[in-house]
Formats: sequence, structure tokens, C-alpha cells
Amino acid sequence: MLNSLLSGDFPRSRALTAILLAIFVLLALAPFLFPGTQPLNVAAKICYFIVLVASYDLLLGYTGIVSFAHTMFFGIGGYGVGLALYGWGASWGAVLGGLVVALAVSVALSLVVGLVSLRVRTIFFAMITLAVASAFAILASQLSSLTGGEDGRSFSVPELLRPSFRVFEGQVFGVAVTGRIVVYYLVFLVSLALFLTMIRIVNSPFGRVLQAIRENTFRAEAIGYRTVVYRTIANSLGAGMATMAGALMALWLRYIGPDTSLSFAIMIDILLMVVIGGMGTMYGAAIGATIFILAQNYLQSLMGLASKALEGLPLLPKLLHPDRWLLWLGVLFILSVYFFPTGIVGKLRRK
Amino acid sequence: MAEPLLTLAGVNTRIGRYHILHGVDFTVAKGGITMLLGRNGAGKTTTLRTIMGLWRAAEGRIMFEGTDLAMLATPEIARLGIAYVPENMGIFADLTVRENLVLATRERAPDARRLQWIFGLFPALEKFYALAAGALSGGQKQMLSIARAIIEPRKLILVDEPTKGLAPSIIRNMVAAFKELKQTETTILLVEQNFMFAESLGDGVAVMDDGKIRHSGTMQALAADRDLQQRLLGLHLDAHQ
Amino acid sequence: MTAAPAAKATALPALRRDWLPVLLVPIVALVALPLIGNVAGWLTLTVAGLAMGMMIFIMASGLTLVFGLMDVLNFGHGVFISIGAFAVTLVVLPLATMVQADSVLANIAVLLLCAVVAMALTGALGWAFERVIVRPVYGQHLKQILVTMGGMIVAEQLIHVLWGADPISVPPPEAFRGSVLIGEAAIERYRILAVAVGLAVFAAMLLVLNRTKIGLLIRAGVENGEMVEALGYRIRRLFVGVFVAGSALAGLGGVMWAFYRQTLTPGMGMEVMVLIFIVIIVGGLGSVGGCFLGSLLVALVANYTGFLAPKVALGSNILLMVLILMWRPQGLYPVAKR
Repeated sequence: MLNSLLSGDFPRSRALTAILLAIFVLLALAPFLFPGTQPLNVAAKICYFIVLVASYDLLLGYTGIVSFAHTMFFGIGGYGVGLALYGWGASWGAVLGGLVVALAVSVALSLVVGLVSLRVRTIFFAMITLAVASAFAILASQLSSLTGGEDGRSFSVPELLRPSFRVFEGQVFGVAVTGRIVVYYLVFLVSLALFLTMIRIVNSPFGRVLQAIRENTFRAEAIGYRTVVYRTIANSLGAGMATMAGALMALWLRYIGPDTSLSFAIMIDILLMVVIGGMGTMYGAAIGATIFILAQNYLQSLMGLASKALEGLPLLPKLLHPDRWLLWLGVLFILSVYFFPTGIVGKLRRK
Repeated sequence: MAEPLLTLAGVNTRIGRYHILHGVDFTVAKGGITMLLGRNGAGKTTTLRTIMGLWRAAEGRIMFEGTDLAMLATPEIARLGIAYVPENMGIFADLTVRENLVLATRERAPDARRLQWIFGLFPALEKFYALAAGALSGGQKQMLSIARAIIEPRKLILVDEPTKGLAPSIIRNMVAAFKELKQTETTILLVEQNFMFAESLGDGVAVMDDGKIRHSGTMQALAADRDLQQRLLGLHLDAHQ
Repeated sequence: MTAAPAAKATALPALRRDWLPVLLVPIVALVALPLIGNVAGWLTLTVAGLAMGMMIFIMASGLTLVFGLMDVLNFGHGVFISIGAFAVTLVVLPLATMVQADSVLANIAVLLLCAVVAMALTGALGWAFERVIVRPVYGQHLKQILVTMGGMIVAEQLIHVLWGADPISVPPPEAFRGSVLIGEAAIERYRILAVAVGLAVFAAMLLVLNRTKIGLLIRAGVENGEMVEALGYRIRRLFVGVFVAGSALAGLGGVMWAFYRQTLTPGMGMEVMVLIFIVIIVGGLGSVGGCFLGSLLVALVANYTGFLAPKVALGSNILLMVLILMWRPQGLYPVAKR
């Protein structure tokens, strides 16, 4: 049964399996293991970022497409659900409606971008997606009457998911079971389902063709696969998954804004996560997202301590300042590309 | 046989997963023209490119005047006095004929007398001296490519299928030009599929198939032996057009 | 150099010069005139567009040459722009009196010094960048994009470390502040300077490319690097030189951009990159002339739409890119590749 669940794509390394299992268990039991707002926020963010990064791995690692428009689809998902809940009231109908509209827009947009630019070289496509995503981000902040501009929009979610809602009286392991817990498990289970779906996709015949295309596009074309079609479908699948991750984010944060969804900084974060974790492995997305988000939240405090300890020395306190955590991750990123291009997953599997 | 100028010993070349040259052994004698024949895909172009260092020889040695070319990079190989006239001619289309020739000279500027000699061989180059090379016809581009290789004296010139796709009248011009070149101290290694052209010019000949040399010797001997021709190249001399 | 022989039997076949793309610039400007309504406003916007275009050209020219010659796309190019901009503080702060002096000569001296310092710094950095970051990944486009982006992230963070995160104000020297009146139009002095500098850089580049042997090597190398090597030239050294020159040009562009925006922020180089990418795609990767035209077009469109319909400014440049690609898929002046 495990075989069919993972579509035959096992971790293939004891260390990796242990880590993945740990991540799974910790995420599954997070509300009870780490009560408190911040840890649960971190856990939820890890969940939907795993989906987002895995969908990016589908493009970059499996199909060899470098796209900078991924956050655009993430944002479309978030804005779709968020604006629907804002405009149509906090109902499940709004959630579904917003999601459907968001998916439609994403798929349509990705098809257009794909068909137009997947015919051109990698570099062209990368630049074009960068331009399109930038334009979209600017548009979102400009249409402030609709989107709330730079400040974004706060909205309410359906009653079942609200923190004020009690599923039942009494506590489980010392924690009150509120709507917050419900929405957490919604995010967790949907993320898990989407992740397993993507594993299924990359291990299917379709997925193998994608890998063939990544290896040698010319050859794949010669064998008879219309590479543009496959790449466009992959592009749209990735976009759709990113959209769903965005929808999950909106439900969790009850807020949507350009900074949390469309900014180029998030695109860079995704890149860092997928490369450090390991491109073309799917599990790399899980590991990369976990490491990155934990670092983002907890490494900074560590760095803050170190920086204070080194006060008085010339350059060091500034280098270790908590705001400079991205500097070190950037260095790690560069080192990964050179020395372990298969990321942490690849390193673990080599043993 | 005259003294050897270039000797290949056990040269193997791989490109990606493809193993193209399987231990090439042959010698190019100094002076005159040595022809390298063989059908499509035999490895002739790969041999030239390996000598020129454009592709790495995985094994083997390429001895030229005491130096192993297999250890050198392409610019160094060129500076030893070896010129290359590639299959696609490699002329710079955006540059003028003059600029193409200037690039080929390592001294300050093309020597005036040498330039006149080249104009004598290839009058079109004089006519279109200031024109962008991309506007030349196929035959004229080929002439420019050859002119670049002889604008200064070189010890060895590698030529890859110069007559490909050219009209017979132009080929006749080219034969005359090469015959004049033979008078100089330059050695030429020429890859060809056109046997008539090869037979009229070659002093030495080597035949290649499947990445190995199958035969080498004088052109005279090969031209006289119809059976050998049939076996190596699958053709008769007078039947080939 | 032997002169071309005097006697010719027939005339040279006429070389059709491709002037059509050049016409796009006046066309765009003329189309904007009725839309804007008044000549004074149009003149101001046009000069602003030309000035911005020149600056973008200086910043983008290095990138397009590096790509054309070495097939390397430096996604971290914006870093050199930022560093060039921040280098201005190294000159302007100690020499504040010269900046505020009334003497045009002193002001120009300060600007020149800024340019020299910035170009030296970014040139050196470019050399290090090529050696350490780019060289190991020649030929692997995917990895190139990733490592150059990584380099960009690290460098931007280092700017934070060295200069802090707060915006730094850098008004231009006294002689170049304010505007001159031409008829009813107020034209900023600094913009006129920018146009002059841009034209000078363009002229210098054309001179080097067309009249020197190095320029010859670069033009040939963009077409067919292999053949240049087969002619005996060590093209690797040329690569490094062009990369350093491209980085130095980006630094110069950064200096101009700094005084134009009058504020320094760590992300300023990266912000311009989207426009730069559009410019080099529109112009044709590897073509300096195309880059020049593309910069002017993109800047003019940005300024006109910034005035007429600000919300779609970037979108209109994307539309411009799409239209031009539909007309000429390789850009305005595609380079003849092997």
C-alpha cells in the first residue's frame, strides 16, 4: 500500500526516510506538540510551501524549465480565495468559487505564456517570465480598489475554520480544539494530498517523458514527442498546484497582500528551497522548505545572539546580524549549485 | 615517401556517448596534398577537428614537428602554423572580406604581394573586398575561407570538403588554385568525397571508414587499382561523375 | 593596410543597410505627441525618455555583449549597477564641498571621479565574479542562471552590511540641478548631461568595435567563437576582458542612475533588471546597435505611458516586446550566429 501511495518513488536512503518521517510526524501532530501561535504558523507555512516548492520542482527539476512567474500563480490562488471571501462573505461557496476562478485564470495564463515562450530558449523564457511576473505584481498593487493595494486585504473565513469556533468542549492533550486546529488540519491534509499527487505525476509515463525532455529536448523531439505540448502541460500543472498552495495560504493567514504572495523575494526563497533541498526529487522540496522556513524563523534569533556576543569587533556583528540570514543562505545556495547539485536529498542518497 | 609532418597514433575521440574515432593511425607527408577519403559518417571531419583541438582526443597522440597536439588548446595549435578551413567555411558574415582577412593575419596587416597573389587566384575577393562577407555566394565564401588560410605562410592546412555544393566551373577554379598552392612549401590535408577532384590533386591518400584508417598510400597507386577503389569506396573511377 | 584596389569592373553590390528599426524611435515619439496634447509636455517627456534610455543603454550594453560573445547570461548584472551607484558615496561624501560648489569644472571633476571609482570597483568585482562564479559553469545555462542569481542575493546582502539598509540621498552636483527652459518646456539639466554621456559611450563603443582589432575579434567571436580560436586567438582572455568591461559599464550606468534617482537603495540595480532584460531581448542578444535602439524605445514608452496611463507602464513595455518579437523573433538586429 505504501508502494502505491508513494507511486514507487521511495526515499532510498535511511537517513532521508528518517528525516521525512520526522517532518511528517511533527507536522501531523503540530497543534498538540507545539501549542502556541508562532509554532503553528511555522508548521502551516511549511505545509503549503512544500506544495509550492514541489510544484516548482516539477518545472525546474523534472522538466528543466526556469520560470520566474511561479509566485504569480501563488498570488492568483491567494487573491482568488481571499478576494472572494472578502467580497462574497465568509462562506464555503466563496472559497470554492474563488478557487475555481483562480485556477481558471492560472491555467489560462500559464497556457498563454507557455505556448508563446516555451518555444524559445531557456534564457529567453526566464527573462520573459520575470517581466510578466513583475508586471502582474505592479498591477496587483495598483488596482487598490479591488485588491487593497500595498496593504492587501483581511477577510473572514467560514465559521468552521475560525479560532473562535469550538469543535467540541474539553481538551485533547491539553489543547482546546478550535477552528484554528480545524483549518490547520485542512491545510495539512490537502498539502499532503497534493504532494502525493505530484509524486504520482512525476512517476507516471507523462513524468518520464518530462524527464526525457529535460535530458535532451532534441532527442525527445526526434523520437516523436511534441515537446512544446508536454512542457506546456507541465507548466500549467505547476501553475495549478501553486495556485492551490496560494489558496491554502489565504485560508490560513486570513489575509492576502503583494508582500506575502507576489514579491520577488518569495521567488528567490522558492529557488533557494528547491536547490538546497534537491532538484528533481520532490522530497527535496519537503526538506528544502522545512529547513528554509525553520531558519527564517529560528535561525534569526540564533544569529541575533551571536551578533550580540561579538559586539565590538569590526565586521562580524554586521555579518551575523539576524537580518542577514539571507546572506548565508545565499552562500549555501551557491555552494549547493556547485558542489551538491542534487541537493541534500542527493547527498543523503549517495551514502 | 617524404618525411612525415603530422603523425596520428591511436587517436580515439568521443563526443558525448558516441565513440567516433577508434584508434586512428596515419601519417601526412611533408609537402603536397594528402587526401582523406571515405563515405559519410566515416569520421573524416572528426579527424580534422581533433587535430585542430576543437574536439579532445580521448586517447592517442598527434605528433607535429615534435609536439603532441593532443595536449594543446586550439589557439596554440593554430599558432604552430596550422590553418583550418572548416566544412561550413566559418567565415564571419557580419565582417567584410577585408576584415576576415585581417583577422587571419598575425602580423600587422596582410602582406601586399601575398594579397595580390590571392586576388590572382580568387578575383572575386578583390572585387568584393569591402563587402560584408555574408553577401558573397557559396563559392566565393569558400574562396574566402581558403584565402584566410593562405594569407600568411602556414606549415599545414586542414581543408574539409571544399567542393561541397559548388558548381563544376567553380570547382575547376579551385583545382587550379590548389595546384598553384602545391608549388609553395605548404602541406595540405584535404578531406573530400568527390573522387575526381581528389584524384586530380592528391599526392598521398588515406581512406577512412568507421573511425579507422583502412588504407593509405599514394594517389597514383589508388587511381590505378580499380578493384581497390571498388572495395574501399564502392565506385569505379570512370563511372564516378 | 593595402587599400582596396582602385580599378573595378563592376560596382559593388549595394549593401542594404537595415534602417527600418531606427525609424521606430521617431515613430513612437510622433505617435505620442497628439496623445500628450501639448508640445512643451511632450518635449519634457521625450528628453526624459531619451535620458533614461541612454542610462539603460550604458547599463545593458555590457550584458548583451557578454551574452553574445560568451553565451553567458549574468542574472546578477544588477549587482554591478547597485555597487556602481553606492560607490558614488565614496566620492561624494568626502568631497561634499566640490559637489556643492558653483564651479562647473569642479562639478564635472566630481562626476568624473565618481565614474572612475565606480568603474574601477565594478570592473575588479566583475573579474572576480567571472573567475569564481561564472567560469565553473560555462555552457550550462540552467546553472548559470542559478549561480548568478545566488551571487546577486549575496552581493545585495553585502551592500546592506557595508552601507546599511536606509536609503541614502545623493543629489547631483550643483551645476546639474534644476532645469533650463526651452520655450515652455522645463528640461532638467541632469537629463541633458545623461544624453550627452550616453551618446559619448555609444560612439566610443562603435569606434572600438569597428576600428580596432579587439573590436574585430569581439564581432567575430559573437558570430563564431570556435573559428576565432582556430585562427590562433585565445578567446578566453577576450571573454574575461569583455566581462570586466561589461561590469564596468554597468557601474558607470549605476553612477548615472544614482544621480538620476537621487536616492540609493540596495535593491535599485535589481529593479532596473526587468527593463534591461526587455531591452536586450528587443534589441537582439549580442547587438550593441540593437541595444541602443531598444533602450531608447523602452525608455520612451515607459515615460509616455507613465504620464498617460501609469498603471500599465510596465505592461506596455511587455506589449512592445511582444510586438517586436512578432515582427522580428530574434530582436531588432539579430546577430548572425554560426
